[in-house]
Amino acid sequence: MPILEVQNLSKTYRQMGGETTLAIGDISCKVEPGEFVSFVGPSGCGKTTLLMSIAGLIAPSTGKIIVHGKEVSGPPANLILVFQEFNKSLFAWRSVLGNVRFGLEARGNHSRESANKARSLIELVGLKGFENHYPWELSGGMQQRVAIARALAYEPELLLMDEPFGSLDALTRLELEDTLLKLWEELGTTILFITHDIEEAIYLSDRIWLLSRRPSQIVEELAIDFARPRDQITTRAEARFMGIRNRIYQRINSEGAP
Amino acid sequence: MNDSRSFNWQGWSVFGALLLLWECASRFNPDLQLYLPPVSQILGTLARLIVSGQIVTHLAITFTRFLEGYFLAAVIAVILGAVLGYFRFAHSLFETVIEFLRPMPSVAIIPVAVLLLGIGDSMIVAVTVYASLWPVLINTIDGVRHTERTLIDTGRTFGLSRRRLLWQVVLPAASPYIVTGLRVSLSIALILVTTGEMVAGSRGLGFFILDQERSMNSGNMYAGIILVAGLGYLLNRLFLLCEERAMKWRHGMIAREAV
Ligand SMILES: Nc1ncnc2c1ncn2[C@@H]1O[C@H](COP(=O)(O)OP(=O)(O)OP(=O)(O)O)[C@@H](O)[C@H]1O
Ligand SMILES: [Mg+2]
Repeated sequence: MPILEVQNLSKTYRQMGGETTLAIGDISCKVEPGEFVSFVGPSGCGKTTLLMSIAGLIAPSTGKIIVHGKEVSGPPANLILVFQEFNKSLFAWRSVLGNVRFGLEARGNHSRESANKARSLIELVGLKGFENHYPWELSGGMQQRVAIARALAYEPELLLMDEPFGSLDALTRLELEDTLLKLWEELGTTILFITHDIEEAIYLSDRIWLLSRRPSQIVEELAIDFARPRDQITTRAEARFMGIRNRIYQRINSEGAP
Repeated sequence: MNDSRSFNWQGWSVFGALLLLWECASRFNPDLQLYLPPVSQILGTLARLIVSGQIVTHLAITFTRFLEGYFLAAVIAVILGAVLGYFRFAHSLFETVIEFLRPMPSVAIIPVAVLLLGIGDSMIVAVTVYASLWPVLINTIDGVRHTERTLIDTGRTFGLSRRRLLWQVVLPAASPYIVTGLRVSLSIALILVTTGEMVAGSRGLGFFILDQERSMNSGNMYAGIILVAGLGYLLNRLFLLCEERAMKWRHGMIAREAV
């Protein structure tokens, strides 16, 4: 049974002036447990809208979202969304450790070991030494890593990530891609990932969905079958890697620039 | 603004100069001295009143009434404000009532309170609660309603129940607003306690001040006034001290944004 099923989803926003924006045209897709799938699409095509709908935070206009066999009508259990606006999603009154512990507390884990677990996650995302800093004392990229560590602390079965590495420098980005893949393999979490970076999507995913401009639709589905565990050098050096990348570029260009 | 830890020399110098001016003006002008005795004399009177214990009971009574009124108001207003800020429907039900009652000068309800509760402790505390309620209430409602949407969504995606969302996300996020309200209410509470005691008390500093004025004892009257002023000053300092501790994150955040 798929862990997530989106059936003919569409979303129309109503502006205050009464005009309407058709953000999502018609999207249907299925995600199997344990998969790593990505959406790639031009800015403003409705990717955030799609994730927020799946996370049960906004109601779709038409269509259905089914998580774990149940239709979504509010935030489903065992699902965490890492927000694109990560800086607004951190708790300014909690330290880095406090923010990450929140992920454990939300699961009902208030034990003393939870602090140790939070510490190891903080180390994993490369923030060792910043446990007692407050989010506003960190750079954007570091804040993003706190948000990721907090989400991982919850150990969700389905993790939705909205351009999580968008504000990181290239090096940290590569490092965190590998950290994420490692955790994904360890925890067996299903990940639904959004990115602007085509190569990142290829490197991480089992499958990629290309979205059209607004009102968005899935224009193509690509299966990516590079062996796992993947490696930043050898995987990206494969001839097929470039082939897939170029295909996606062409496809997106024919749809209109991203 | 001045860092509260560094001593404000200029400020204290101006304050000292004004006291000195008062002292001299009164000493060299016998007419003035009749209704404004020199500071030194007033401080002497105050010391005597404290040593004799005469004013200490009044101070204790005023202070107790203040504490009761202020804390009761704070608790009620934060709870009520959280509910009204959180539930749109509740807010729309009570919005008009609040908009009517809030601008009314709170002292205007003293006669009503006397009518209902008679003269004494409960009436003074009730009036204090009523008056100190508003700043905290309005600010809490505001703070809760202005909570960043993404923060609430974060709490929701982590599966928080509405109650936990309120405690763990909304109230902490609104706390800077709430603290502002609490600070405004601090002085309002003291004003209302003193006024209540003047209008309808038989004990307390407000009563003492008015009573001494009526018996033409202006030295004692001024001693009472200075004691109330000192009490207000100390309470405000204490508040700032606690606030600095509790809202450390907020101060750091603001300092960072200002850079
Ligand atoms: N709350 C809203 N009210 C009205 N229109 C909205 C709202 N949120 C998004 N939109 C519109 O819906 C469309 C899709 O927005 P969305 O944020 O989902 O895009 P996105 O694909 O995530 O973009 P980006 O890649 O830049 O993050 C945009 O045209 C946007 O203007
Ligand atoms: Mg987006």
